[in-house]
Order: sequence, then structure tokens, then C-alpha cells
Amino acid sequence: MAKLILSMDNLVLKEIALTKERTTIGRKPHNDIQIDNLAVSGEHAVIVTILQDSFLEDLGSTNGTVVNGQPIKKHFLQNSDIIELGKYKLKYVNEAVTGQAKAADFEKTMVLRPGPVRAATPAPAPPAVAVPPVAAPVAAAAAAGAKNFGDTVAGQSATAPPVAPPKPAPAPQKNAALQLLSGANAGKELDLTKPLTTLGKPGVQVAVITRRPQGFFITHVEGASFPVVNGKTLDAQAHSLNDHDVIELAGVKMEFFLKT
Amino acid sequence: MTLSGALEVASCTDPGMVRSHNEDSIASDGDQGLVVLADGMGGYNAGEVASGMATTVIITELQQLLVKRLPYEIDAHSGKLVAHQLLHEQIAKANTSIYQAAQSQPQYAGMGTTLVVALFYDNKMTVAHIGDSRLYRLRGGELRQVTKDHSLLQEQIDSGVITPQQARQSQNKNLVTRALGIDPIVEAEIHDYDTKPEDIYLLCSDGLCDMVSDDDIGLALQTLSSNLKLCAQHLVQTANDNGGRDNISVILVRVLRDYPAPRSIVGKMMSWFK
Repeated sequence: MAKLILSMDNLVLKEIALTKERTTIGRKPHNDIQIDNLAVSGEHAVIVTILQDSFLEDLGSTNGTVVNGQPIKKHFLQNSDIIELGKYKLKYVNEAVTGQAKAADFEKTMVLRPGPVRAATPAPAPPAVAVPPVAAPVAAAAAAGAKNFGDTVAGQSATAPPVAPPKPAPAPQKNAALQLLSGANAGKELDLTKPLTTLGKPGVQVAVITRRPQGFFITHVEGASFPVVNGKTLDAQAHSLNDHDVIELAGVKMEFFLKT
Repeated sequence: MTLSGALEVASCTDPGMVRSHNEDSIASDGDQGLVVLADGMGGYNAGEVASGMATTVIITELQQLLVKRLPYEIDAHSGKLVAHQLLHEQIAKANTSIYQAAQSQPQYAGMGTTLVVALFYDNKMTVAHIGDSRLYRLRGGELRQVTKDHSLLQEQIDSGVITPQQARQSQNKNLVTRALGIDPIVEAEIHDYDTKPEDIYLLCSDGLCDMVSDDDIGLALQTLSSNLKLCAQHLVQTANDNGGRDNISVILVRVLRDYPAPRSIVGKMMSWFK
């Protein structure tokens, strides 16, 4: 569950869990988060929470809302964003991101059932002042769906599992290149920067070099003859390349080497 | 009707790096121009049961029905294209089977599955899908997502709450708004598309598209198009190299030649005189 940490001059004042679909921020006492300071408007901003995601929206405040130093109208909150309202700071903490513990629960697909569920529960549908009208049914459906996870997902807890955004592929430590040893372009160098580099003549013989976290691999793609590495003919399996391996392919010799 | 020699089909499915079992299920019949992919959900092994039921019901029923019925004709009763009618009926049948199993057996309660089916005939394909399993097309070096997910994120993108770029950062991944076997009735989204020789179609579960960027998918389809089996394995391997947090399934279909429907002589004469 996401939360906000309210502070002023680096002094933590309180923590607020984002349990409601709409959490309002303002100077007046009816707000969920009341900040009694003249720099803060009566109704300053609102945070709309849809399951694990939260969106901050300025409600036309006099002094505006600033996130990470940038004034915003509407903002998709990310873990450890800093919201500034006058002298006050609100830090957004989404523990789904920080406490990614249960790896097994990641990426579990679940079903939201907007139709029948929405019909069954009298939709609270608060007059969404600043949220565009189209967003309201989505939010309502999401909230309704969240209540029903227990029904729809067998053997699952009632909370949606934390999901981390995909990490970029860890690139191999070293860069590599091929140097042609024979043929018309002998002496030329080819950097292997792409995840996939094809070699050879289409329709005659083609092989591909794949760049993976574990290193570089050569695999036969098409043609009757297979590539030869250091005098040995390969089979259909991927073959791991080592520094200074010599590849023969479609009548051309080339050397694979790692760059520092 | 057979499309023998018109399509090349290759597939690969893998549990990934985190999950102990594979809840995805795939099936294909190149001669009938039929490919099916399902990504199951539900506790214990219920996900596998749901996706397995979906692919089995759809492929075996359609294989039998396509012997008797021509997908490009108009159904006399409904006035719909036979392809649509058949897909509609068999998806409903699969939905009922899964739903009833889930209702009657406590260990299967709440199970469901996504589905993407493509049926090729008469230089066309009909695509039916439910949930967030996708179909992509590579044509002329350009990769395009053909199906639109039935998911919370897609709804948010459509209503302008978030942008597609922000969607990649969202915590609300994998929440589908439609699935097979959850409710007594489900509606599949069914559309027709023209196909061209050299087109490559990719059907995949979210285990691929969540882990591998569209750019990398496009690059793989383009560079390895001459060896479809290797291409499918490479896509799965890339998803695993990037973390492989979900089951990964891939079906690739390449159109090798035109496959117009064999119209009768009388039919041709009729069309001349129109």
C-alpha cells in the first residue's frame, strides 16, 4: 500500500496511507490531509489511487503544486517522488516497489470484473471534480474489482501482488567485434552492438550472433552448410564464442574478438 | 479445406525463470490455418487446467468443423461469416466448460484464461481474443500490435488517465478485464484482416511482451525470419535473459504464398455477370 510522508524543514510530521480512492489535500478541515498554512489553498490537490497506482492532480490552487521541482497539473506518482506545497513536503512511498519480496507472486495475471460487480455494489461515484469524466468508471471498476480478488483468484490473498517494472537487460560486460580475414572486404571490422547480428548470404548460408548477458553466441539460421568455428563444424545448437575464435561462413573467414 | 504449404508455423513455450510450472497452453494446425494460445490463471494447477481446456476445446472442435464448413461462406442462419460463427460458438463452448469445472470443483474455483486465436483462410485471417495475450504482425519490416488488450492499463490509456510510456511504469500490470471461464458468458473481440505473402504473425502471452520491448521483438522477427523455429526460441530466450518472471509462449506464423478460397466455376460465372 502506498503512503505519503508529510514533513517540514526535514522534520517528519506524519504518515498517511493512501487507502481511499480519492485523498484530498488542502487547508480547510474537510480535507483528508489538512495542511493549515496560508500558502496552501482551501482545496489544493487530490490524489486518485487506482489499485497500486496513484495520480496527483492540482485542483487549481493559488500557488500550484510542485513535484520533484517541477510545477505540475497532473502527475503519475512514482516511488519517492517529493510533492511540495509551500514549505511542506510530501514524500510518496509505494511499498509495492520498495519491498519486492515475494518473487513467486510477481506477474500473476488476475481478472477484474467490472460489469457484474459494478451492478451489484451501488457505485459510490463521488462527483469527480477534477478527474476527467471518462476516468470515473475506470476508477470505480478498479475499486470494485479490488474488493473481489478473493472471489476471482483461487488461492490468492486479497491484495494485488507487487509487480516490479521490467529491468533492462543486463548487457554483457564487454563489447565485441568481428574482423574479416578473407574475401573482398578483408581487414574490415564489424562491431557487434545489436542484440542480433546476421552474417552470410541470404538463401545460401546465414548465421546469427546473439548478444546475451552471458556473452556472445553464434547460431546457424539457414543454408545447407553450418558455420565452422576454429576448424570445427557446428550443429544446430548455439555455440558460445570466445576471444579470437575464427569463424568460417559462406566462404569467408573472420575473427571474433572482445573489445576492452 | 486445407492450406497445406501456405503457412509455416513454429512455436515455443517455457515456464520462465521464476515459475515452477507453465500455465500457458498453445496449439496449432498449419494445414487448417489454425493457431491458439491461452494464458491461464488461478491457484495450484488450475491455471494450466483452464488454458489447456481452452486450447483443446477450440482446436479439436474447429478441426472437425472446418472439414464440413467453409470459413469464408456466410452462415444461412445467423447471416454472419462462418469463420466468425465458428469462433464465436467454440469460444462460448470453451468458456462454459471452464466455468462449469470451476463451479463444480473447489480446487478449480476462480480459474480462468486469456485467449488469442487466429484462423487463416482465403488470403485473410480472423482473430478472436480475450484478455492480454496478443497478436502482432510484421509486414515490410514494421511490427504492429494487432490486438488491443482487455486490461485495466489499456482502459486507462484509452481514457487518457496515463500514457503508453507511463503504462510501462505502472504497478497495475496483469489485471485483465475479460477472461475465459470467469463468468457464464464472455464476449470475444473478433476482427478480420487481410494477409500478404511474407507477413509474419506473432501470438504471445504477456510473459513475452512484458519482458521484451517491441523493438527487440521486431528485430528478432526480421533478422531470423528465415528460421522460424530459431526465432521462436530466441524470443523466449530473450524474455528469460531479461528476467523471465512469467510463463512465456510464442507462436509464429509466416505466410508463404497466397491461399485464395477455391471458388466453384458457377460462383465465378455469377460474379462475372454481376
